[in-house]
Amino acid sequence: MGTMVARLWAWFDARMPSVAEQWKIHASEYYAPKNFNFWYFFGSLAMLVLVIQIVSGIFLTMNYKPDAGLAFGSVEYIMRDVPGGWLIRYIHSTGASAFFIVVYLHMFRAMLYGSYKEPRELIWIFGVLIYLTLMGEAFFGYLLPWGQMSYWGAQVIVNLFGTVPFIGPDLALWIRGDYVVSDATLNRFFALHVIALPLVLLGLVVAHILALHDVGSNNPDGVEIKKLKGPDGKPLDGIPFHPYYTVKDLLGAVVFLAIFCIVMFFVPEMGGYFLEYNNFIPADPLKTPEHIAPVWYFTPYYSILRAVPPLFNSQFPGVLAMGVATLILFFLPWLDRSPVKSIRYRGVRYKCWLAAFVVVFVILGYLGTENTNVWGQFPVSDDSFLGRNIVDTKDVATWMARVCTVVYFLFFFLMPWYTARDKVLPVPERVTA
Amino acid sequence: MKTILLLLLIVPGTVLAASSGYRLDRSPHDSRDLASLQAGARTYVNYCLGCHGMQFMRYKGLTELGLTEAQIREHLLFTSDKVGDAMKVALDPKEGKAWFGVAPPDLSVVARSRGADWLYTYLRTFHRDPRTTTGWNNPVYPNVAMPHALWTLQGERGWDEKEHKLTEISKGSQSPTEYDATVRDLVNFLVYVGEPAAADRKAIGIIVLFVLLLVLFPLTYWLKKEFWKDVK
Repeated sequence: MGTMVARLWAWFDARMPSVAEQWKIHASEYYAPKNFNFWYFFGSLAMLVLVIQIVSGIFLTMNYKPDAGLAFGSVEYIMRDVPGGWLIRYIHSTGASAFFIVVYLHMFRAMLYGSYKEPRELIWIFGVLIYLTLMGEAFFGYLLPWGQMSYWGAQVIVNLFGTVPFIGPDLALWIRGDYVVSDATLNRFFALHVIALPLVLLGLVVAHILALHDVGSNNPDGVEIKKLKGPDGKPLDGIPFHPYYTVKDLLGAVVFLAIFCIVMFFVPEMGGYFLEYNNFIPADPLKTPEHIAPVWYFTPYYSILRAVPPLFNSQFPGVLAMGVATLILFFLPWLDRSPVKSIRYRGVRYKCWLAAFVVVFVILGYLGTENTNVWGQFPVSDDSFLGRNIVDTKDVATWMARVCTVVYFLFFFLMPWYTARDKVLPVPERVTA
Repeated sequence: MKTILLLLLIVPGTVLAASSGYRLDRSPHDSRDLASLQAGARTYVNYCLGCHGMQFMRYKGLTELGLTEAQIREHLLFTSDKVGDAMKVALDPKEGKAWFGVAPPDLSVVARSRGADWLYTYLRTFHRDPRTTTGWNNPVYPNVAMPHALWTLQGERGWDEKEHKLTEISKGSQSPTEYDATVRDLVNFLVYVGEPAAADRKAIGIIVLFVLLLVLFPLTYWLKKEFWKDVK
């Protein structure tokens, strides 16, 4: 038996040696730093979630009907009449949120250890493209259950494009394919969700990993392990990805799946954050819900949108701010002028700014899920200090969101100064234990 | 970022906010109580199904509540003659709209959009109000289009504007305790219909978690330890 397999493999290898070669390049002889910590699980976990989403998505597509008259019902039939359908649907809905949790943590890891810095700028750019594609994928997918939040969420987001000067209304019309979100919109969003964006996503993931394996992984010390090689030509601080990190990531995957399953089997709605309660009401174009909130992973940007006051009766400045808030990520490698990569050797300035960034991101995220009067309103009178002329809105949360939005942007805009002036610690020659 | 995760783990404890601001009672329903679910199904078919369909629920699904097909056929099958059919409404939506101003909504997933606490409170807070077209109102859902369908059971009640309290006008065929139990059973049934797979979901979840935590976790942990022994 053993020799049979060996002979079969030899036959295969003689005809297609690139398989063994690629395995070497990307696994058995890809040298990764030996000091990866907790934060380094999220890259492989993002791949795992991608696979989960694709597989569960294929099964959902077998039963889902992209038709405004049938969509809501087909999801309910999946939940009831399709054997195991509820499981497939919950895997996919939990997976959507899990994808963003994992990706946010993965991106935060890059910010902690300066993984976007030279020579890894391209990896970061591909990563941001993946993030943006993922947002599109999530947005298109969210319309498909055809519930009230699906419908009105899509309406709001498409209307954002309508605020673009001059071409806005035509642009929104072109996106929807109708004057309101309708069957035509549902059909095209379905096409984009199940084939167009997944293809883009897969291509970008391949580019992200190829770029990574060309320059090699960063690590919690921000030390370039390729600089110090042993007599055998292998990095002194590197270990082959396979088997070391395959077994380690396997352990990480099991822990992740345990948490994933706790949510999926016991709290699939996650208190209305993963599956919004209002989305169990079929889409009704004639009835606008009192409170339209996007799913949690979009809420930091939604908060920024709401925080920016309209100009000349146009919401465009808010839309622009929201766009800049995401696109500015592309420039991170050039905004950061620190001579060191890892937070371990950075000065107090960067640490404080990063901490502030995390805090405002979480607050913005929370505020985006709530009404703007969640924290009450100012007791304003016309002649008081907080009079109408100074405060153009009465909601406390709107002002909080404005402060957080400013901090969000300052984190990026001031980065060239505070990173260049920071007192950094000496970086060791080799990775620390 | 860890805070996000932490927040996400805590939030399921929060209750649905009632948009009316009326304080909701906690629903005492128990999804494992088959007798209660059957009683709820009976109440639904007798008092609700005339106007509110459950288009995603099949009569046959009621066998999950411990009923036989013969029992379903005999006691519950009013709007159809096949057990495999959906619990569709007998009322024509157009007539419903003409009578109530709005077509009575389908209630297949109402427990998922409103929540059990909302339903349990709402079904117990109807009161007489001469200002509305139906003669009924409800502090949980102000100016609701639906009249009190269970009023023969609960009796009539009024609303004390000053105290913001319900007052008794006339007694119904059930005592307040009995009526609360009827509503509890009905809500129990609505919650069940909202997600019939919920019981399976939890049962399978426990098995999957056992496999993950007691088999795969130790296995992969040991594997990692063994391979990493030589990494210094």
